[in-house]
Amino acid sequence: MRGGAPEGSGLPRWVFVPAALGVALVLVPLLGILARVPWSQFVPLVTSESSLAALRLSLLTATASTGVCVVLGVPLALVLARSHARGLHLLRSLVLLPLVLPPVVGGLALLYSLGRRGVLGSTLEVLGVQLSFTTAGVVLAQAFVSMPFLVVSLEGALRTAGRRYEAVAATLGAGPGRVLLRVTLPLVVPGLLSGAVLAFARALGEFGATLTFAGSLQGVTRTLPLEVYLQRETDPAAAAALSLVLVVVAFVVVALLRGRPGRGTP
Amino acid sequence: MRPGRRLVVLAAAALALAGCGSADPAPGGPAARTLTVFAAASLTSTFTQLGDGFEEAHPGVTVTFSFAGSSDLASQLTEGAPADVFASADEGTMRTVTDAALAAGAPVDVATNTLQIATPAGNPAGVTSLADLARPGLQVVVCAPQVPCGAAAQQVQEAAGVVITPVSEEGSVTDVLGKVTSGEADAGLVYVTDVAAAGDRVTGVGFPESSLAVNTYPVVALQDAADADLASAFVAFVAGPQGRSVLSTAGFGAPAP
Repeated sequence: MRGGAPEGSGLPRWVFVPAALGVALVLVPLLGILARVPWSQFVPLVTSESSLAALRLSLLTATASTGVCVVLGVPLALVLARSHARGLHLLRSLVLLPLVLPPVVGGLALLYSLGRRGVLGSTLEVLGVQLSFTTAGVVLAQAFVSMPFLVVSLEGALRTAGRRYEAVAATLGAGPGRVLLRVTLPLVVPGLLSGAVLAFARALGEFGATLTFAGSLQGVTRTLPLEVYLQRETDPAAAAALSLVLVVVAFVVVALLRGRPGRGTP
Repeated sequence: MRPGRRLVVLAAAALALAGCGSADPAPGGPAARTLTVFAAASLTSTFTQLGDGFEEAHPGVTVTFSFAGSSDLASQLTEGAPADVFASADEGTMRTVTDAALAAGAPVDVATNTLQIATPAGNPAGVTSLADLARPGLQVVVCAPQVPCGAAAQQVQEAAGVVITPVSEEGSVTDVLGKVTSGEADAGLVYVTDVAAAGDRVTGVGFPESSLAVNTYPVVALQDAADADLASAFVAFVAGPQGRSVLSTAGFGAPAP
């Protein structure tokens, strides 16, 4: 991200050995998937009814949860980056928690709060709203685990962008709302985009919280990772083919990020 | 997923090799031997207990278990995982292992299991029969047809002419049970033994149609067993009176004669 040192930059040669092993650690398993993909049946496998239903649901829910992340995460990042309120450190640690929490723990947390017998969920149920076993539940689980990615990325961009332009705009008579929309946000668009792409990718890969909280039903809650997990029981070839689809999507996301990112936010 | 599993298998193999290396006969005592048993997850508590019994009866022998879904274990075995005995939760999965010529001799049926309706403690939705599960508005969770408990669930529905519209099809029977114990689902189809093991966290509701889908648990000694006699001795032990008593206490039925 920092531009990288040019080749022959005086690194001792031995550094390249563990570095190469590091590359192998990532690449060898991915090659393992390639080796298992049944190429002759690849197209029928990934276009089967259940695969397409899972793919459609995954794209739909990941897009929706990224929307939720943007709507809630942008204001949150603004507050974390600009406010001087007391206790902000604690708040930051708390909202970033899903980043490091095992997904299944996140799923249990959602279950105990928003499940049918959860603290809030039982109230919602009285109002006729149920989240578990619904597509909305999947979106919620994905937003829960992926929002911290957007918040971290955007908060970093906001801090790097600094407040000089905002201060200038304010002295020129712009109100806070105008400064936010015309100065602050345009400056951090690259950070926002990379944060949103990361959140989308994380949502697409969400597994544990979805399985624990939302369940698994074709077309309703069974996203692509859950479909891979289930196919693996009876049809490892289909699981490998679908895994490859997810690997390719992940690769595209990473490539997008490498193409965009840091530029504005070193 | 597969390469990851292979690494795990490699690590397990390395551990097993390390175990063999240190298994020198104790001076004056019987030779220290290790028996590795791959067993279906639903056998966890019973086989752990039987392992202790087998160790008592065979001084110097250590029984180690790998408990997981039967199909996971079968694919580990076909990928070359070292094990001495395999116990499957259904005959279809056992067949993949015997078809791969990994078994030494014919599998022995040691137990059967049938489905039961599990409801949250106290059965708040008042479920009394299989037909009740088709009631509109009732949130029922079953296993996906790809896994043995799901195949059995489909079988009883077809045989009984009941069509359940589940809110979720889980990948394992433990996930179904989890949805029931947490109260998310009003009812779920699991095995009798799962209901028994869950104690008072769930209320079981038996139904006569369950006899239409009986799951049989076969056990077999494996071709690559380090000690073929010990492996067959374990199979005989599980199929014998002590095995029968432990398994039936847990709610397993007797195998068809």
